[in-house]
Amino acid sequence: MKIHEYQAKQILAKYGLQIPKGEVAETAEKAAEIAAKIGPRVVLKAQIHAGGRGKGGGIKLANGAEEAKKLAKDMIGMKLVTHQTGPEGKIVKKLLVEEALEIARELYVGIVIDRAREAVVIMASTEGGMEIEKVAAEKPELIFKEYVNPAVGFAGFQARKLAFQLGLAGETHKQAGKFITGLYRAFEGTDASLVEINPLLITKQGTVLALDAKMNFDDNALARHPEIQAMRDLDEEEPLEVEASKFNLNYIKLDGNVGCMVNGAGLAMATMDIIKYSGGMPANFLDVGGGVSEEAVTNAFKILVSDKAVKAALINIFGGIVRCDLVAGGIVKAAKEIGLNVPMVVRLKGTNMDAGKKILEESGLAFYAADTMKEAAEKVVPLAQPQVKRS
Amino acid sequence: MSILIDEKTRVVVQGITGGEGTFHTQKMVEYGTKVVAGMTPGKGGTTHLGIPVFNTVAEARLKAGANAAAIFVPPFFAADAIMESAEAGIEVIVCITEGIPTFDMIKAKAFLRGKASVLVGPNTPGVISPGKCKIGIMPGPIHAPGRIGIISRSGTLTYEAVDQVTKLGFGQSTAIGIGGDPIVGMKYIDLLKLFKADKDTDAVIMIGEIGGTAEEEAAAYIKKEFNKPVIGFIAGQTAPPGRRMGHAGAIISGGKGTAKEKMEALEAAGVHVAKSPAEIGLKVKEALNKK
Repeated sequence: MKIHEYQAKQILAKYGLQIPKGEVAETAEKAAEIAAKIGPRVVLKAQIHAGGRGKGGGIKLANGAEEAKKLAKDMIGMKLVTHQTGPEGKIVKKLLVEEALEIARELYVGIVIDRAREAVVIMASTEGGMEIEKVAAEKPELIFKEYVNPAVGFAGFQARKLAFQLGLAGETHKQAGKFITGLYRAFEGTDASLVEINPLLITKQGTVLALDAKMNFDDNALARHPEIQAMRDLDEEEPLEVEASKFNLNYIKLDGNVGCMVNGAGLAMATMDIIKYSGGMPANFLDVGGGVSEEAVTNAFKILVSDKAVKAALINIFGGIVRCDLVAGGIVKAAKEIGLNVPMVVRLKGTNMDAGKKILEESGLAFYAADTMKEAAEKVVPLAQPQVKRS
Repeated sequence: MSILIDEKTRVVVQGITGGEGTFHTQKMVEYGTKVVAGMTPGKGGTTHLGIPVFNTVAEARLKAGANAAAIFVPPFFAADAIMESAEAGIEVIVCITEGIPTFDMIKAKAFLRGKASVLVGPNTPGVISPGKCKIGIMPGPIHAPGRIGIISRSGTLTYEAVDQVTKLGFGQSTAIGIGGDPIVGMKYIDLLKLFKADKDTDAVIMIGEIGGTAEEEAAAYIKKEFNKPVIGFIAGQTAPPGRRMGHAGAIISGGKGTAKEKMEALEAAGVHVAKSPAEIGLKVKEALNKK
């Protein structure tokens, strides 16, 4: 799960980390009010779940409350397009209004899980303010890493080492070491999957603070962090994906026009792949779960066909423990309830597949049947093309 | 022969009295798996499905001679269950549970270091040596005894591959789901080493997916040391970056872990890579003919 910058900073503050003075505004008036309180010079930062905000006009400097109000008026409600939002952009609903600070140095600290090493890794770099992937590609020697021993946790000497590698000394070095240690505590304490402070700011006075903050969380651990769960912003998510998540379905909207509905994540990805391989483009990823229930099929069906971009759909079910006749029953029920608006190819495989196919045939609905994945994909792709006449 | 499990394997089911545990224990017993014990804390001394239930895994090992474990406990307790089995000296631990927090798995894996146990999963359909033993939730009837090894990060996609192989008349020596999570127990290389030593495995199918670098690491090992044909497929060629595709581990992050990179690494290692999931079985045939 992702959260906004201002929320990440709230969490960091709870862990004793320094953040700039600031507050969230949803109106231009409120932005002016905050600017009057903490200004005169303030930074207005659009709160969306995507990076690259500065280049897209989502971060602006204001001198005084009047200018803050004027800028905020333009920013709130604007459609912000960055390299991470896609061309459709995101509507800005909230601004973080923060004191403008005098920058001496911009550094980088990030924490992620290194899958190959099976450990948490703390990364620090002198190249703050840049995309870390770019630094890793161009100047990997400027990224310093410390791996955390799971039994012991992040050790003090590791924090000191990183702070020295960042070229810090004296009181600033001490502060930075404390900051990195606190950041690890926040990461572990919230079951985060990523924390990124970019830039980590050293002010002209030598203070260390988080100028920006990004936190993502392990979805599998959210149930033990209700306070983090409460930070979920549904406005930032695709409405159909939100709807799917209510039924514990994994749905991701894509750009193509061939809808698909599959049991199991691997098979769902493979089904998308074979659609592409057969000359089409998948409209979505939709995993109804390996052990799919009739109810899950019905809900998934509704979500699948409510995407207007879908011109034809492929249902690919490998019934193992799950019986294909049950799945077929769910499909027919849903199709009768909401109508079969797009041509639909159904491939049922595994336990009771013949009974399943019979249910589909006898439903009187115009399903296209297929025995193999290949056949299913080759049938559905032409059906999604507008020039093909549907019989 | 087969790897990891066979007709001599004696299984304790952790979480046997739960819904999933009960259902799949029945299915495993029907398949012929020797389920010798169940384990549910507080229910020791009772029986469930005619199987003795113990309070601890250590007792199940001591009194019922269990040497393998199947874990069906809820996500927040599963890492603990893995550690309990390892501490009790269980040789093969198969954790079916999906949804374990990553931090819990990091700790469990650290706990396993230096212990004799091997872990399969979590978030896996399990392990099956057809005709001998099944520890997991995969449908038994699609499998057939044979000489093809299968290693996969997926569930139903593995069934698809198994089905293709069985239809072509090959059958499987052992099929293992290594799990769809970012942190799992045995990885491709651990299992390739076992298949290399197994006289009754002629070729191995490796089914990977986007995310992480396990396939690339396996490719490097195959190139250097593996002497049997390997057939590969990578799911997620059309997956968008930055999105978790169902499995917690299936995510392209920071531009890394794409299907393209993995397919290229496997091809460079001499693996017969199927571009379409429908071609996995045919690629096996092709690879065996070339041999």
